[in-house]
Amino acid sequence: MSVPTELLYTAEHEWLRVDGDSATIGITDHAASALGDVVYVDLPSVGSAVTAGEPCGEVESTKSVSDLYSPVTGEVTAVNEALADDPSAVNTDPYGAGWMFTVAVTATGETMDAAAYSALIEG
Amino acid sequence: MAKPTALYDVHAALGAQFTDFAGWSMPLRYGSELAEHHAVRQTAGLFDLSHMGEIEVTGPQAGQFLDYAVVSAISVLAVGKAKYTMICREDGGILDDLIVYRLADEHFLVVANASNAQVVLRALQERVGGYDAQVLDRCDDWSLLAIQGPNAASILSPLTEVDLPGLAYYTIATGTVAGRSAYLARTGYTGEDGFEIFCSPADAPAIWAAVSAAGADQGLIPCGLACRDSLRLEAAMPLYGNELSVELTPHEAGLGRIVGLKKAGDFVGKAALAERATHPVARIRVGLHPEGRRAPRSGYPVLDADGTVVGTVTSGAPSPTLGHPIAMAYVDTAHSEPGTELVVDVRGTRVPATVVSLPFYARTR
Repeated sequence: MSVPTELLYTAEHEWLRVDGDSATIGITDHAASALGDVVYVDLPSVGSAVTAGEPCGEVESTKSVSDLYSPVTGEVTAVNEALADDPSAVNTDPYGAGWMFTVAVTATGETMDAAAYSALIEG
Repeated sequence: MAKPTALYDVHAALGAQFTDFAGWSMPLRYGSELAEHHAVRQTAGLFDLSHMGEIEVTGPQAGQFLDYAVVSAISVLAVGKAKYTMICREDGGILDDLIVYRLADEHFLVVANASNAQVVLRALQERVGGYDAQVLDRCDDWSLLAIQGPNAASILSPLTEVDLPGLAYYTIATGTVAGRSAYLARTGYTGEDGFEIFCSPADAPAIWAAVSAAGADQGLIPCGLACRDSLRLEAAMPLYGNELSVELTPHEAGLGRIVGLKKAGDFVGKAALAERATHPVARIRVGLHPEGRRAPRSGYPVLDADGTVVGTVTSGAPSPTLGHPIAMAYVDTAHSEPGTELVVDVRGTRVPATVVSLPFYARTR
């Protein structure tokens, strides 16, 4: 499983890439693989408020559906519209084209680095 | 520790993701379960179903015994024929759904769901008293492979002397596959044409390898249990634990036609099922086509237009073939007509859903 070292992670299997007070968020390779082929992603709308640790969307595969938790608090500034028509990038490129949304961050919830996340999923 | 099938190493070498299912370690998917689903619909897929429970029934009264033990007429089956049936309790509650194959005059193969194999075995053993018949636990003695999809026959025919065009749906033949002894049945759980191959576990890897090689240029890929579930849902085939349970009889499941009320003699559940057949059932299995893209899942409440709960979803998923969500549900009979507008509570959101006739998908023959 790929766990890029430059990203931060949550226990709910989201990743975030922090750039100043902006964060880009998606789900990890491990999470996407466990779900199976993602067929539908329900994302928060641009301009809506998200709260760290609270559900803000859903990720659905043929087999199951999982809540998407926001790792940060703030206002959603962009969502990956391409996933609406073809969410397969969540599986094939979870840290790149499979990104889900960006937030203007006012507070960050509990996160861990790549080493801690690797330990979590291997545990 | 879950039990490996005879093909575990083969699956591991193919990169399978495994899941524990009814005590067995089974392949869930090899790569993309959507690709596996589409392969079965468009070309062919190869499954390891060795977790299924095989029980053999032998003896001069094997047929009469099965007439008593399950709900359908079994003694009238010709040798080589198969029958989809159920084994019920005295109160008509479904213990399991089964396929019974007649291998010889005094030899039947009963295939139970993996999760119910011991329940079925115990029930048959309890019911066999007084009959000149034997019930044999053969769960670990048979491997089961399935090759399913429109290309199944053309892939398999070079590997066997069995006349596949002559092997009708729901029949079984004795023969060889890739030089190994096997029973070849034209049965499946996908809604496509296909075959199930019962063989010795020792021969399973060689047969798997031969079928894989023969199918490589015809689009055959290995397929796991994830796509088996989405395939059977599209074909509206019930799954024990979802659509079938001891709380339900075959009539609620819409499968009252398999109950042989006219067969000779008594059978377990006859009185209850005969009574149940005299009046309309209160709730029945239906198909739902929800609006939007979020799939109802097992356990979600089904409501009428006024918001009154009238049923429960038993299985649901985004249909890979149809491109929209589908679900099966039990609803009050008054709301079961195709075209009825209902509502499903999808994780707090009320999603309109139309009752549709089953199956969702039927292959063109």
